[in-house]
Amino acid sequence: MSLSEGNYLHIVMPDQISLRRRNFGRFIIWGSAIFLILTVLLQSLDQTNFLTFGFENWRPTLYAYLLWAFCLCLGQVILYGEQGKRRLFILPAVLFVISVVIFPLIFALGIAFSSWNLSSPDGRQFNGLANVYQMWADPFYWNALKNMIYYTLAILVEYVIAFGLALLLNTQIKARKFFRVAFLMPLMLSPVAVSWMIGKSMLEARFGPISRLARELGWENPSFFGSHEMARSVIMMMDAWTFIPLMMIMILAGLQAIPKEMHEAADVDGAPPWKKFWEITFPLMLPVSITAILIRIIFKLKLADIIINVTSGGPGGATDSVTSFIFREYRDRSNVGYGTFLAIFYLIIIVILMTILIKIADKWMKPRY
Amino acid sequence: MNKQIFHDTAKDLSFKPNWMFNRLIIYGILIIWAFICLFPIYWTITTTFKAAPDVMKGNIIPWWDFTPKWLGLKSLGLSPNTIFVENTVREEFLKRFWNSTIIAFSSSTIAVALGSCTAYGLSRFSYRFGFMRNSDISFFFLSQLILPPVVLALPFLVLYKELALLDTRIGLIALYTLTVLPIVIWIMRDQFGSIPVELEEAALVDGLSLWKAFITIILPIALPGIIAAFIISLVLTWNEYFFAALLTSSHAKTLPVMVASQTGSQGIAWWSMAALSFAAILPLVIIGIILEKFIIKGMAAGAVK
Repeated sequence: MSLSEGNYLHIVMPDQISLRRRNFGRFIIWGSAIFLILTVLLQSLDQTNFLTFGFENWRPTLYAYLLWAFCLCLGQVILYGEQGKRRLFILPAVLFVISVVIFPLIFALGIAFSSWNLSSPDGRQFNGLANVYQMWADPFYWNALKNMIYYTLAILVEYVIAFGLALLLNTQIKARKFFRVAFLMPLMLSPVAVSWMIGKSMLEARFGPISRLARELGWENPSFFGSHEMARSVIMMMDAWTFIPLMMIMILAGLQAIPKEMHEAADVDGAPPWKKFWEITFPLMLPVSITAILIRIIFKLKLADIIINVTSGGPGGATDSVTSFIFREYRDRSNVGYGTFLAIFYLIIIVILMTILIKIADKWMKPRY
Repeated sequence: MNKQIFHDTAKDLSFKPNWMFNRLIIYGILIIWAFICLFPIYWTITTTFKAAPDVMKGNIIPWWDFTPKWLGLKSLGLSPNTIFVENTVREEFLKRFWNSTIIAFSSSTIAVALGSCTAYGLSRFSYRFGFMRNSDISFFFLSQLILPPVVLALPFLVLYKELALLDTRIGLIALYTLTVLPIVIWIMRDQFGSIPVELEEAALVDGLSLWKAFITIILPIALPGIIAAFIISLVLTWNEYFFAALLTSSHAKTLPVMVASQTGSQGIAWWSMAALSFAAILPLVIIGIILEKFIIKGMAAGAVK
């Protein structure tokens, strides 16, 4: 994940920035900042009914913030000249991400420790650790977390399939372009459409083609969402169907980057194919494989669309992912406070586990030649 | 090892039939998997044209075991005999389609613009924001990928309510830009990293300014990466359901939300759901077929270092 240092562009530009220009730059940055603070202050006073200005919403604050962000970017160029222009490359994105991630996250922390039901008129009430106790005693949430473990473990199977397909695509075959496009297709489809196409119609118990096939094969009453294990595996399979192309393409790219000489050398030495795979291809592919699996885990942790639309968590929460559970928590009970707490808790678990995983992966990344 | 090198061992003689057998297995697996990938799409297209008895009998091949009818497209108001007649369903559908198009295109464009600049900056200059160096800033951006949407969803719901951005396109565009930005930066950083710095150095010596060199020289070279990033963003934003389901209600509803809300309410009238699903996936299927090269390039970026 690190860029090689020393590959940077080094330029020295003579910058003579006059005092007037500097003052002007400072003025617009601080001026807009003060304007922003004033707006926020006025709006909060208005909100608490201390003073009435008749603001309908917080839009004025948003506009003031945008103005400040713009002035900050402009000010960089005015204040620092060439150096400021360089900052301009990354400053807008940094500001954008901070304002739509960090700020809402802090806000979320506030919500997480309160009882806030959007459909009740009481509004937000701080309730301390009550959400923690509620979560502790909520079997459905722990069940959803447990399901996430199953779903994540399914990635190993997906990886094996994806690796196999990539190996096949990497051999000398005709119509490779056709196969590549065909294999890529599932990734392009909207999960919601897939939920209907596969989950609701092809797997439909009476008329779906897959149920028909199952009956032909001797399964009397095919029901794909009846038992817990079955429903979970069907969801896993549908998700795998959509995302195997992603892993496959990453692995294929890795396979194509392996120098041909390696295999030729092994051929000359008379290595059998399976040995060639285990001793050359697989070790060389380790870094790519780990990247692919990590990215797949990241996507897997967001799994929700298919579950919401096919089973909505049923039967009995067997297919629930954390995301779909919180989605229903909000949809059915408008329970913003508790839902946010569950989400924050999930985020903490994810961050810890991903950090550990990345640390371990970094160790493995060094290919053993 | 005193053996003669060019000596036909039994292994060499059995090579030819072995090779044929291998080919057979390889093509067999490839064709089966292609079938698995394509059958649901085929199923959706054909179901669009099936009447209730065809659905119940499980007919699959048109003109052979059932006669295609315009049922599915008619239900959307898009069949030949309804296309010029006023139709509320069609209007609803077109509105959602248009919403999805605008939101997906704008957020992808913004994400690519912001992401390219950031990736370029990070690959060319060394920054220092407090304790953060370049690699920390890169990590800061890429770590947004880990953030599950559900963490942001509820705070945004409340925030947007206060900002009167609920159920607006702009609100969704901002969020979608955020969700694809890390991916764009990931792809573009890879792309810019492969362009030699000497190019800009030459341009700067010739008197171009920094931004001018970036726009007129570097961006055209990085175009394949930009297209790849744009298309992948497009795919992700077009298909996004979770935020759209929570943050829109009537005005800014996108196509996936419409598809989801129709599921289950149709009974055996599969043709209308099939038509809707098909319409929802069609644009990306076409993009996938035409621009497959770029998508693969984008996804492979960063995988190989």
